[in-house]
Amino acid sequence: MTSQWRSWFHKLIAVAIFLSPLLLINPKTYITITISGLAMGMLLFLVSSGFSLIFGFLSVLNLAHGALFAWGAYIGFSSFNLINQWTGWGGSNSLLLNFIIFFLALILAGLLVALLGIITERLVIRPVYGSHLFQIFITVGAMIVLEELIRIIWGPNDEVMPVPINFMGSWDLFDVVISKYPLMAIVIGFILYLVIFTILRKTKIGTIVRAGVENPEMVQVMGHNIYRYFTGVFAAGSALAAIGGGMWATFVKSIHPAMGGEIIVFALIVAIIGGLGSMTGSVVGALMVGLSYNYVAYLVPKASLGITMLLLVIILSIRPTGLFPEGT
Amino acid sequence: MEANPVSEPLLKVDEIHTFIGKHHILQGVSFEVHPGKVTVLLGRNGAGKSTTLRTIIGLLSPSRGRILLKNRPIHHLKPYEISRLGIGFVPEDRGIFNFLTVEENFRVASFQENGKTRELMETVFDIFPDLKKFWKAKAGNLSGGQKQMLAIARPLVNRNELLLIDEPSKGLAPIVIDHLIDAMKKLKEFTVIILVEQNFYMASSLGNDFYLFDDGKTVHQGQMDELVQNEELKKKYLGISG
Repeated sequence: MTSQWRSWFHKLIAVAIFLSPLLLINPKTYITITISGLAMGMLLFLVSSGFSLIFGFLSVLNLAHGALFAWGAYIGFSSFNLINQWTGWGGSNSLLLNFIIFFLALILAGLLVALLGIITERLVIRPVYGSHLFQIFITVGAMIVLEELIRIIWGPNDEVMPVPINFMGSWDLFDVVISKYPLMAIVIGFILYLVIFTILRKTKIGTIVRAGVENPEMVQVMGHNIYRYFTGVFAAGSALAAIGGGMWATFVKSIHPAMGGEIIVFALIVAIIGGLGSMTGSVVGALMVGLSYNYVAYLVPKASLGITMLLLVIILSIRPTGLFPEGT
Repeated sequence: MEANPVSEPLLKVDEIHTFIGKHHILQGVSFEVHPGKVTVLLGRNGAGKSTTLRTIIGLLSPSRGRILLKNRPIHHLKPYEISRLGIGFVPEDRGIFNFLTVEENFRVASFQENGKTRELMETVFDIFPDLKKFWKAKAGNLSGGQKQMLAIARPLVNRNELLLIDEPSKGLAPIVIDHLIDAMKKLKEFTVIILVEQNFYMASSLGNDFYLFDDGKTVHQGQMDELVQNEELKKKYLGISG
Protein backbone atom coordinates (compact mmCIF):
# COMPACT_ATOMS: atom_id res chain seq x y z
CA MET A 1 0.00 0.00 0.00
CA THR A 2 1.44 3.42 -0.93
CA SER A 3 1.94 6.06 1.75
CA GLN A 4 -0.53 8.37 -0.04
CA TRP A 5 -3.22 5.71 0.04
CA ARG A 6 -2.43 5.05 3.72
CA SER A 7 -2.92 8.72 4.58
CA TRP A 8 -6.32 8.69 2.92
CA PHE A 9 -7.35 5.36 4.38
CA HIS A 10 -8.82 6.58 7.69
CA LYS A 11 -10.66 9.40 5.91
CA LEU A 12 -12.26 6.93 3.50
CA ILE A 13 -13.31 4.61 6.34
CA ALA A 14 -14.77 7.56 8.29
CA VAL A 15 -16.74 8.84 5.28
CA ALA A 16 -17.99 5.33 4.48
CA ILE A 17 -19.21 4.81 8.06
CA PHE A 18 -20.81 8.25 8.13
CA LEU A 19 -22.62 8.18 4.79
CA SER A 20 -23.30 4.57 3.75
CA PRO A 21 -26.24 4.07 6.20
CA LEU A 22 -28.11 6.76 4.24
CA LEU A 23 -28.74 4.08 1.62
CA LEU A 24 -30.72 2.01 4.15
CA ILE A 25 -32.16 4.50 6.66
CA ASN A 26 -34.53 7.37 5.92
CA PRO A 27 -32.80 10.76 6.34
CA LYS A 28 -34.79 11.97 9.38
CA THR A 29 -34.12 8.80 11.36
CA TYR A 30 -30.53 8.91 10.09
CA ILE A 31 -29.99 12.34 11.70
CA THR A 32 -31.45 11.17 15.03
CA ILE A 33 -29.26 8.04 15.02
CA THR A 34 -26.20 10.02 13.93
CA ILE A 35 -26.55 12.39 16.89
CA SER A 36 -26.90 9.41 19.21
CA GLY A 37 -23.82 7.81 17.59
CA LEU A 38 -21.75 10.97 17.89
CA ALA A 39 -22.76 11.30 21.55
CA MET A 40 -21.78 7.70 22.24
CA GLY A 41 -18.52 8.34 20.37
CA MET A 42 -17.68 11.43 22.43
CA LEU A 43 -18.40 9.58 25.67
CA LEU A 44 -16.24 6.65 24.54
CA PHE A 45 -13.52 9.17 23.70
CA LEU A 46 -13.47 10.39 27.31
CA VAL A 47 -12.92 6.85 28.59
CA SER A 48 -10.52 5.67 25.90
CA SER A 49 -8.40 8.85 25.84
CA GLY A 50 -7.38 8.30 29.47
CA PHE A 51 -6.74 4.62 28.82
CA SER A 52 -4.71 5.41 25.71
CA LEU A 53 -2.70 8.20 27.35
CA ILE A 54 -1.80 5.98 30.31
CA PHE A 55 -0.66 3.23 27.95
CA GLY A 56 1.26 5.64 25.71
CA PHE A 57 3.08 7.49 28.51
CA LEU A 58 3.44 4.89 31.26
CA SER A 59 3.40 1.82 28.98
CA VAL A 60 0.83 0.39 31.38
CA LEU A 61 -2.17 -1.58 30.15
CA ASN A 62 -4.53 -0.47 32.91
CA LEU A 63 -7.40 -2.94 32.89
CA ALA A 64 -8.71 -1.29 36.08
CA HIS A 65 -9.60 1.77 33.97
CA GLY A 66 -13.17 0.47 33.57
CA ALA A 67 -13.59 0.23 37.35
CA LEU A 68 -12.46 3.88 37.66
CA PHE A 69 -15.13 4.71 35.06
CA ALA A 70 -17.74 2.94 37.25
CA TRP A 71 -16.47 4.79 40.33
CA GLY A 72 -16.94 8.06 38.43
CA ALA A 73 -20.51 7.12 37.60
CA TYR A 74 -21.30 6.21 41.23
CA ILE A 75 -19.62 9.28 42.74
CA GLY A 76 -21.44 11.42 40.15
CA PHE A 77 -24.69 9.70 41.15
CA SER A 78 -24.16 10.32 44.89
CA SER A 79 -22.86 13.88 44.42
CA PHE A 80 -25.82 14.79 42.23
CA ASN A 81 -28.32 13.37 44.73
CA LEU A 82 -26.59 15.04 47.67
CA ILE A 83 -26.39 18.47 46.06
CA ASN A 84 -29.92 18.12 44.74
CA GLN A 85 -31.22 17.35 48.23
CA TRP A 86 -29.75 20.62 49.49
CA THR A 87 -30.50 22.83 46.52
CA GLY A 88 -33.14 21.19 44.32
CA TRP A 89 -31.18 22.45 41.27
CA GLY A 90 -31.63 19.18 39.39
CA GLY A 91 -35.40 19.68 39.24
CA SER A 92 -35.23 23.45 38.68
CA ASN A 93 -36.61 24.91 35.46
CA SER A 94 -33.42 26.97 35.13
CA LEU A 95 -31.09 25.45 32.53
CA LEU A 96 -28.16 27.24 34.21
CA LEU A 97 -28.85 25.61 37.60
CA ASN A 98 -29.22 22.24 35.81
CA PHE A 99 -25.81 22.71 34.23
CA ILE A 100 -24.24 23.83 37.53
CA ILE A 101 -25.41 20.75 39.46
CA PHE A 102 -24.43 18.47 36.55
CA PHE A 103 -20.92 19.96 36.31
CA LEU A 104 -20.45 20.00 40.11
CA ALA A 105 -21.24 16.26 40.17
CA LEU A 106 -18.81 15.63 37.30
CA ILE A 107 -16.05 17.74 38.88
CA LEU A 108 -16.42 15.93 42.21
CA ALA A 109 -16.36 12.58 40.41
CA GLY A 110 -13.25 13.64 38.45
CA LEU A 111 -11.39 14.90 41.54
CA LEU A 112 -12.17 11.95 43.79
CA VAL A 113 -11.41 9.37 41.12
CA ALA A 114 -8.16 11.22 40.27
CA LEU A 115 -7.24 10.75 43.93
CA LEU A 116 -8.21 7.08 43.69
CA GLY A 117 -6.07 6.88 40.54
CA ILE A 118 -3.07 8.36 42.38
CA ILE A 119 -3.45 5.79 45.18
CA THR A 120 -3.80 2.98 42.60
CA GLU A 121 -0.71 4.15 40.68
CA ARG A 122 1.43 4.48 43.81
CA LEU A 123 0.38 1.25 45.50
CA VAL A 124 -0.56 -1.08 42.66
CA ILE A 125 1.04 0.01 39.38
CA ARG A 126 4.41 1.46 40.43
CA PRO A 127 5.87 -1.85 41.65
CA VAL A 128 5.21 -3.46 38.25
CA TYR A 129 6.43 -0.75 35.84
CA GLY A 130 8.12 -2.44 32.89
CA SER A 131 6.42 -5.83 33.30
CA HIS A 132 3.33 -6.09 31.09
CA LEU A 133 2.38 -9.56 32.29
CA PHE A 134 2.32 -8.52 35.95
CA GLN A 135 0.50 -5.32 34.98
CA ILE A 136 -2.32 -7.37 33.45
CA PHE A 137 -2.60 -9.58 36.56
CA ILE A 138 -2.41 -6.72 39.01
CA THR A 139 -4.78 -4.35 37.18
CA VAL A 140 -7.36 -7.13 36.77
CA GLY A 141 -7.01 -7.66 40.53
CA ALA A 142 -7.44 -3.92 41.13
CA MET A 143 -10.53 -3.94 38.88
CA ILE A 144 -12.11 -6.73 40.96
CA VAL A 145 -11.31 -4.97 44.25
CA LEU A 146 -12.64 -1.60 43.03
CA GLU A 147 -15.81 -3.24 41.70
CA GLU A 148 -16.41 -5.10 44.96
CA LEU A 149 -15.89 -1.86 46.88
CA ILE A 150 -18.72 -0.34 44.82
CA ARG A 151 -20.97 -3.25 45.86
CA ILE A 152 -20.02 -2.74 49.53
CA ILE A 153 -20.55 1.05 49.48
CA TRP A 154 -23.54 1.44 47.12
CA GLY A 155 -25.00 -2.08 47.09
CA PRO A 156 -25.17 -4.70 44.32
CA ASN A 157 -28.37 -3.49 42.61
CA ASP A 158 -28.80 -1.22 39.61
CA GLU A 159 -29.55 2.42 40.42
CA VAL A 160 -31.45 4.96 38.37
CA MET A 161 -29.15 7.84 37.44
CA PRO A 162 -30.80 11.21 38.13
CA VAL A 163 -30.90 13.54 35.13
CA PRO A 164 -31.39 17.33 35.30
CA ILE A 165 -34.91 18.13 34.18
CA ASN A 166 -33.89 20.25 31.18
CA PHE A 167 -31.58 17.50 29.91
CA MET A 168 -34.52 15.17 29.35
CA GLY A 169 -36.74 14.95 26.27
CA SER A 170 -36.06 16.09 22.76
CA TRP A 171 -36.51 18.89 20.27
CA ASP A 172 -38.54 18.45 17.11
CA LEU A 173 -36.88 20.30 14.23
CA PHE A 174 -38.71 19.86 10.91
CA ASP A 175 -39.96 16.42 12.01
CA VAL A 176 -36.45 15.37 13.00
CA VAL A 177 -36.26 14.18 16.61
CA ILE A 178 -33.14 15.53 18.31
CA SER A 179 -32.60 14.27 21.86
CA LYS A 180 -31.34 17.01 24.17
CA TYR A 181 -28.73 15.21 26.26
CA PRO A 182 -26.89 13.48 23.40
CA LEU A 183 -26.47 16.86 21.73
CA MET A 184 -25.14 18.33 24.99
CA ALA A 185 -22.82 15.32 25.40
CA ILE A 186 -21.39 15.94 21.91
CA VAL A 187 -20.69 19.61 22.73
CA ILE A 188 -19.22 18.87 26.18
CA GLY A 189 -17.12 15.99 24.79
CA PHE A 190 -15.82 18.18 21.97
CA ILE A 191 -14.94 21.01 24.38
CA LEU A 192 -13.07 18.52 26.60
CA TYR A 193 -11.21 17.20 23.54
CA LEU A 194 -10.15 20.76 22.66
CA VAL A 195 -9.02 21.35 26.25
CA ILE A 196 -6.96 18.13 26.31
CA PHE A 197 -5.56 18.81 22.83
CA THR A 198 -4.60 22.38 23.79
CA ILE A 199 -2.91 21.25 27.00
CA LEU A 200 -0.92 18.58 25.13
CA ARG A 201 0.02 20.83 22.20
CA LYS A 202 0.43 24.28 23.72
CA THR A 203 1.71 23.86 27.27
CA LYS A 204 5.13 22.81 28.45
CA ILE A 205 3.67 20.03 30.61
CA GLY A 206 1.78 18.72 27.59
CA THR A 207 4.93 18.82 25.46
CA ILE A 208 6.84 16.88 28.12
CA VAL A 209 4.05 14.30 28.28
CA ARG A 210 4.14 13.90 24.47
CA ALA A 211 7.92 13.53 24.63
CA GLY A 212 7.51 10.96 27.40
CA VAL A 213 5.15 8.90 25.24
CA GLU A 214 8.05 8.56 22.78
CA ASN A 215 11.05 8.28 25.10
CA PRO A 216 10.53 8.51 28.88
CA GLU A 217 14.22 7.86 29.61
CA MET A 218 15.31 10.98 27.71
CA VAL A 219 12.69 13.07 29.53
CA GLN A 220 14.34 11.99 32.79
CA VAL A 221 17.85 12.92 31.72
CA MET A 222 16.53 16.33 30.68
CA GLY A 223 15.85 17.15 34.32
CA HIS A 224 12.20 16.16 34.66
CA ASN A 225 10.99 13.90 37.46
CA ILE A 226 9.32 11.29 35.29
CA TYR A 227 7.56 9.59 38.22
CA ARG A 228 5.77 12.81 39.10
CA TYR A 229 4.57 12.98 35.49
CA PHE A 230 3.57 9.29 35.61
CA THR A 231 1.39 10.00 38.65
CA GLY A 232 -0.04 13.16 37.06
CA VAL A 233 -0.93 11.39 33.80
CA PHE A 234 -2.48 8.50 35.70
CA ALA A 235 -4.56 10.94 37.76
CA ALA A 236 -5.64 12.83 34.63
CA GLY A 237 -6.52 9.58 32.84
CA SER A 238 -8.53 8.45 35.86
CA ALA A 239 -10.35 11.80 36.04
CA LEU A 240 -11.26 11.48 32.34
CA ALA A 241 -12.61 7.97 33.00
CA ALA A 242 -14.68 9.34 35.89
CA ILE A 243 -16.10 12.24 33.85
CA GLY A 244 -16.86 9.74 31.08
CA GLY A 245 -18.55 7.50 33.67
CA GLY A 246 -20.73 10.30 35.01
CA MET A 247 -21.73 11.45 31.53
CA TRP A 248 -22.30 7.89 30.29
CA ALA A 249 -24.55 7.15 33.29
CA THR A 250 -26.63 10.24 32.45
CA PHE A 251 -26.79 9.01 28.84
CA VAL A 252 -28.06 5.50 29.68
CA LYS A 253 -29.83 6.68 32.88
CA SER A 254 -28.69 3.74 35.00
CA ILE A 255 -25.62 2.51 36.85
CA HIS A 256 -24.50 -0.88 38.10
CA PRO A 257 -21.25 -2.13 39.68
CA ALA A 258 -20.09 -4.14 36.62
CA MET A 259 -20.57 -1.29 34.13
CA GLY A 260 -16.81 -0.72 33.95
CA GLY A 261 -16.12 -4.22 32.65
CA GLU A 262 -18.44 -3.58 29.69
CA ILE A 263 -16.95 -0.21 28.76
CA ILE A 264 -13.30 -1.33 28.98
CA VAL A 265 -13.88 -3.53 25.90
CA PHE A 266 -14.97 -0.46 23.92
CA ALA A 267 -12.11 1.64 25.37
CA LEU A 268 -9.59 -0.99 24.31
CA ILE A 269 -11.05 -1.21 20.79
CA VAL A 270 -11.11 2.59 20.40
CA ALA A 271 -7.56 3.00 21.72
CA ILE A 272 -6.22 0.29 19.39
CA ILE A 273 -8.08 1.66 16.35
CA GLY A 274 -6.86 5.21 17.03
CA GLY A 275 -3.28 4.23 17.89
CA LEU A 276 -2.23 3.73 21.50
CA GLY A 277 -1.14 7.02 23.04
CA SER A 278 -2.85 9.24 20.46
CA MET A 279 -5.54 11.75 21.50
CA THR A 280 -6.62 12.50 17.94
CA GLY A 281 -6.67 8.76 17.29
CA SER A 282 -8.90 8.29 20.34
CA VAL A 283 -11.45 10.85 19.17
CA VAL A 284 -11.53 9.54 15.57
CA GLY A 285 -11.66 5.90 16.73
CA ALA A 286 -14.39 6.67 19.29
CA LEU A 287 -16.57 8.45 16.73
CA MET A 288 -16.13 5.58 14.25
CA VAL A 289 -17.14 3.03 16.88
CA GLY A 290 -20.03 5.15 18.22
CA LEU A 291 -21.51 5.80 14.76
CA SER A 292 -21.09 2.28 13.36
CA TYR A 293 -22.51 0.77 16.58
CA ASN A 294 -25.64 2.95 16.44
CA TYR A 295 -26.29 2.52 12.70
CA VAL A 296 -25.97 -1.26 12.93
CA ALA A 297 -27.97 -1.37 16.20
CA TYR A 298 -30.85 0.24 14.27
CA LEU A 299 -30.56 -2.02 11.20
CA VAL A 300 -29.45 -5.36 12.72
CA PRO A 301 -29.50 -5.00 16.54
CA LYS A 302 -27.79 -8.34 17.21
CA ALA A 303 -24.79 -7.38 15.08
CA SER A 304 -24.05 -4.07 16.84
CA LEU A 305 -21.08 -5.28 18.91
CA GLY A 306 -19.89 -7.42 16.01
CA ILE A 307 -19.51 -4.36 13.75
CA THR A 308 -17.01 -2.77 16.15
CA MET A 309 -14.98 -5.98 16.12
CA LEU A 310 -15.15 -6.04 12.32
CA LEU A 311 -14.00 -2.40 12.22
CA LEU A 312 -11.07 -3.31 14.47
CA VAL A 313 -10.08 -6.23 12.24
CA ILE A 314 -10.29 -4.16 9.02
CA ILE A 315 -8.26 -1.26 10.40
CA LEU A 316 -5.62 -3.43 12.04
CA SER A 317 -5.19 -5.55 8.94
CA ILE A 318 -4.32 -2.43 6.94
CA ARG A 319 -2.77 -0.22 9.64
CA PRO A 320 -1.47 -2.52 12.41
CA THR A 321 -0.37 0.40 14.61
CA GLY A 322 -3.75 2.16 14.42
CA LEU A 323 -4.90 5.23 12.52
CA PHE A 324 -2.63 7.72 14.31
CA PRO A 325 0.47 5.81 15.40
CA GLU A 326 2.61 8.93 15.85
CA GLY A 327 1.52 9.52 19.45
CA THR A 328 -0.52 12.30 21.03
CA MET B 1 40.28 27.93 26.13
CA GLU B 2 43.52 27.47 28.09
CA ALA B 3 43.79 24.06 29.72
CA ASN B 4 44.92 23.87 33.29
CA PRO B 5 46.42 20.44 34.04
CA VAL B 6 46.56 20.90 37.81
CA SER B 7 43.06 22.34 38.27
CA GLU B 8 40.49 20.71 40.59
CA PRO B 9 38.60 18.08 38.61
CA LEU B 10 35.08 19.01 37.57
CA LEU B 11 34.13 15.34 37.67
CA LYS B 12 35.85 12.50 39.41
CA VAL B 13 34.88 8.89 38.75
CA ASP B 14 36.41 6.72 41.45
CA GLU B 15 36.56 2.91 41.10
CA ILE B 16 32.97 2.42 39.97
CA HIS B 17 31.48 -1.02 39.43
CA THR B 18 28.20 -1.35 37.50
CA PHE B 19 26.06 -4.38 36.77
CA ILE B 20 23.51 -4.70 33.97
CA GLY B 21 21.33 -7.56 35.14
CA LYS B 22 23.78 -10.23 36.27
CA HIS B 23 26.59 -8.98 34.04
CA HIS B 24 29.43 -7.15 35.76
CA ILE B 25 30.10 -4.52 33.08
CA LEU B 26 32.20 -1.89 34.85
CA GLN B 27 34.86 -3.47 37.04
CA GLY B 28 36.69 -0.50 38.48
CA VAL B 29 36.53 2.55 36.24
CA SER B 30 38.38 5.64 37.43
CA PHE B 31 39.08 8.92 35.70
CA GLU B 32 39.02 12.66 36.14
CA VAL B 33 37.62 15.40 33.94
CA HIS B 34 39.16 18.85 34.17
CA PRO B 35 37.65 22.21 33.24
CA GLY B 36 38.39 23.47 29.74
CA LYS B 37 39.11 20.04 28.31
CA VAL B 38 37.55 17.39 26.15
CA THR B 39 38.11 13.98 27.73
CA VAL B 40 37.77 11.10 25.31
CA LEU B 41 36.89 7.58 26.43
CA LEU B 42 38.26 5.06 23.96
CA GLY B 43 38.19 1.30 23.66
CA ARG B 44 36.78 -1.59 21.69
CA ASN B 45 33.05 -2.40 21.53
CA GLY B 46 31.79 -3.70 24.86
CA ALA B 47 34.67 -2.20 26.85
CA GLY B 48 32.20 -0.25 29.06
CA LYS B 49 32.42 3.30 27.65
CA SER B 50 28.68 3.84 27.08
CA THR B 51 27.86 2.12 30.38
CA THR B 52 30.18 4.61 32.07
CA LEU B 53 28.25 7.56 30.64
CA ARG B 54 24.90 5.98 31.59
CA THR B 55 26.23 5.45 35.12
CA ILE B 56 27.38 9.07 35.42
CA ILE B 57 23.96 10.41 34.35
CA GLY B 58 22.20 8.03 36.76
CA LEU B 59 20.44 5.70 34.33
CA LEU B 60 22.46 2.88 35.89
CA SER B 61 23.41 2.72 39.55
CA PRO B 62 26.96 1.77 40.49
CA SER B 63 27.19 -1.05 43.01
CA ARG B 64 30.52 0.28 44.29
CA GLY B 65 32.63 3.40 43.91
CA ARG B 66 31.92 7.11 43.85
CA ILE B 67 31.16 9.79 41.29
CA LEU B 68 31.91 13.33 42.43
CA LEU B 69 30.84 16.51 40.66
CA LYS B 70 32.89 19.40 42.07
CA ASN B 71 33.62 17.16 45.08
CA ARG B 72 29.91 16.50 45.64
CA PRO B 73 28.84 12.81 45.47
CA ILE B 74 26.20 12.30 42.78
CA HIS B 75 26.21 8.51 42.31
CA HIS B 76 23.15 8.05 44.55
CA LEU B 77 21.04 10.67 42.76
CA LYS B 78 18.24 10.14 40.23
CA PRO B 79 18.87 11.05 36.55
CA TYR B 80 16.70 14.20 36.71
CA GLU B 81 18.56 15.39 39.83
CA ILE B 82 21.95 14.81 38.20
CA SER B 83 20.79 16.59 35.05
CA ARG B 84 19.71 19.61 37.09
CA LEU B 85 23.21 19.86 38.58
CA GLY B 86 24.46 20.79 35.12
CA ILE B 87 25.20 17.57 33.27
CA GLY B 88 23.76 17.06 29.80
CA PHE B 89 23.60 13.67 28.08
CA VAL B 90 23.55 12.80 24.39
CA PRO B 91 22.95 9.05 24.04
CA GLU B 92 24.25 6.82 21.29
CA ASP B 93 20.78 6.62 19.66
CA ARG B 94 20.53 10.45 19.92
CA GLY B 95 17.31 10.33 21.98
CA ILE B 96 15.53 12.73 19.64
CA PHE B 97 11.76 13.13 20.08
CA ASN B 98 10.91 12.44 16.44
CA PHE B 99 7.22 13.37 16.66
CA LEU B 100 7.99 16.77 18.21
CA THR B 101 9.26 19.80 16.32
CA VAL B 102 12.83 21.06 16.77
CA GLU B 103 11.40 23.90 18.88
CA GLU B 104 9.47 21.45 21.08
CA ASN B 105 12.59 19.29 21.51
CA PHE B 106 14.36 22.34 22.98
CA ARG B 107 11.30 23.15 25.09
CA VAL B 108 11.44 19.73 26.74
CA ALA B 109 15.21 20.04 27.22
CA SER B 110 14.93 23.40 28.97
CA PHE B 111 14.17 23.13 32.69
CA GLN B 112 15.13 26.66 33.72
CA GLU B 113 13.57 29.02 31.20
CA ASN B 114 14.57 32.56 32.10
CA GLY B 115 16.08 35.70 30.60
CA LYS B 116 19.28 33.87 29.71
CA THR B 117 17.50 31.24 27.63
CA ARG B 118 17.22 33.53 24.60
CA GLU B 119 20.92 34.40 24.87
CA LEU B 120 21.80 30.70 25.09
CA MET B 121 19.63 29.94 22.08
CA GLU B 122 21.55 32.54 20.06
CA THR B 123 24.76 30.70 20.96
CA VAL B 124 23.14 27.41 19.90
CA PHE B 125 22.13 28.92 16.54
CA ASP B 126 25.66 30.30 16.02
CA ILE B 127 27.09 26.82 16.45
CA PHE B 128 24.31 24.92 14.68
CA PRO B 129 22.70 27.32 12.15
CA ASP B 130 20.66 24.53 10.49
CA LEU B 131 18.53 24.20 13.62
CA LYS B 132 17.19 27.73 13.18
CA LYS B 133 16.25 26.90 9.59
CA PHE B 134 14.28 23.81 10.66
CA TRP B 135 12.90 25.30 13.89
CA LYS B 136 9.27 24.38 13.14
CA ALA B 137 10.03 21.08 11.36
CA LYS B 138 9.31 17.68 12.88
CA ALA B 139 12.59 16.35 14.28
CA GLY B 140 11.89 12.97 12.68
CA ASN B 141 12.12 14.61 9.24
CA LEU B 142 15.69 15.93 9.76
CA SER B 143 18.71 14.26 8.18
CA GLY B 144 21.03 12.09 10.29
CA GLY B 145 23.55 14.91 10.73
CA GLN B 146 20.90 17.46 11.64
CA LYS B 147 19.41 15.04 14.17
CA GLN B 148 22.84 14.60 15.74
CA MET B 149 23.31 18.36 15.92
CA LEU B 150 19.88 18.72 17.55
CA ALA B 151 20.80 16.00 20.06
CA ILE B 152 24.05 17.77 20.97
CA ALA B 153 22.50 21.25 21.00
CA ARG B 154 19.50 20.46 23.21
CA PRO B 155 21.35 20.27 26.56
CA LEU B 156 23.02 23.64 25.85
CA VAL B 157 19.80 25.54 26.68
CA ASN B 158 20.43 24.85 30.36
CA ARG B 159 24.00 26.21 30.49
CA ASN B 160 25.30 22.75 31.40
CA GLU B 161 28.83 22.64 32.70
CA LEU B 162 29.44 19.12 31.46
CA LEU B 163 28.22 17.32 28.38
CA LEU B 164 28.36 13.54 27.98
CA ILE B 165 28.32 12.64 24.29
CA ASP B 166 28.14 9.04 23.16
CA GLU B 167 29.38 8.18 19.64
CA PRO B 168 28.25 11.34 17.81
CA SER B 169 29.80 10.21 14.50
CA LYS B 170 27.88 6.93 14.39
CA GLY B 171 26.13 6.42 11.06
CA LEU B 172 27.22 9.76 9.58
CA ALA B 173 28.96 10.38 6.25
CA PRO B 174 32.59 11.65 6.41
CA ILE B 175 31.64 15.15 5.20
CA VAL B 176 28.95 15.41 7.88
CA ILE B 177 31.48 14.26 10.48
CA ASP B 178 33.75 17.15 9.41
CA HIS B 179 30.86 19.60 9.92
CA LEU B 180 30.16 18.05 13.31
CA ILE B 181 33.83 18.36 14.33
CA ASP B 182 33.79 22.06 13.38
CA ALA B 183 30.64 22.61 15.43
CA MET B 184 32.03 20.72 18.42
CA LYS B 185 35.26 22.73 18.33
CA LYS B 186 33.09 25.82 18.90
CA LEU B 187 31.16 23.94 21.56
CA LYS B 188 34.39 23.30 23.51
CA GLU B 189 34.48 27.00 24.31
CA PHE B 190 31.25 26.80 26.28
CA THR B 191 31.23 23.48 28.08
CA VAL B 192 33.40 20.62 29.26
CA ILE B 193 32.88 17.45 27.24
CA ILE B 194 33.26 13.74 27.89
CA LEU B 195 33.28 12.11 24.49
CA VAL B 196 32.85 8.42 23.77
CA GLU B 197 33.96 7.88 20.18
CA GLN B 198 35.00 4.93 17.98
CA ASN B 199 36.04 7.22 15.14
CA PHE B 200 39.67 7.97 16.00
CA TYR B 201 39.86 10.85 13.53
CA MET B 202 37.05 12.64 15.36
CA ALA B 203 38.36 11.68 18.79
CA SER B 204 41.88 12.95 18.03
CA SER B 205 40.54 16.14 16.40
CA LEU B 206 38.61 17.12 19.52
CA GLY B 207 40.20 15.41 22.51
CA ASN B 208 42.67 16.82 25.03
CA ASP B 209 42.84 13.92 27.48
CA PHE B 210 42.09 10.27 26.83
CA TYR B 211 41.28 7.17 28.86
CA LEU B 212 41.53 3.72 27.34
CA PHE B 213 38.95 1.14 28.41
CA ASP B 214 39.38 -2.61 28.31
CA ASP B 215 37.07 -5.23 29.86
CA GLY B 216 35.24 -2.68 32.01
CA LYS B 217 38.38 -1.05 33.40
CA THR B 218 40.38 2.07 32.63
CA VAL B 219 43.77 0.69 31.59
CA HIS B 220 45.62 3.70 30.23
CA GLN B 221 45.41 7.47 30.32
CA GLY B 222 47.23 10.45 28.99
CA GLN B 223 47.08 13.36 26.60
CA MET B 224 45.60 12.82 23.17
CA ASP B 225 48.75 14.05 21.40
CA GLU B 226 50.70 11.21 23.02
CA LEU B 227 48.18 8.61 21.92
CA VAL B 228 48.25 9.85 18.33
CA GLN B 229 52.01 9.12 18.32
CA ASN B 230 51.78 5.81 20.19
CA GLU B 231 51.22 3.12 17.54
CA GLU B 232 51.51 0.27 20.04
CA LEU B 233 48.68 1.50 22.28
CA LYS B 234 46.47 2.27 19.30
CA LYS B 235 47.03 -1.19 17.86
CA LYS B 236 46.60 -3.03 21.16
CA TYR B 237 43.42 -1.34 22.42
CA LEU B 238 41.79 0.19 19.36
CA GLY B 239 42.88 -2.11 16.55
CA ILE B 240 44.29 0.84 14.60
CA SER B 241 47.56 0.56 12.75
CA GLY B 242 49.48 3.03 10.61
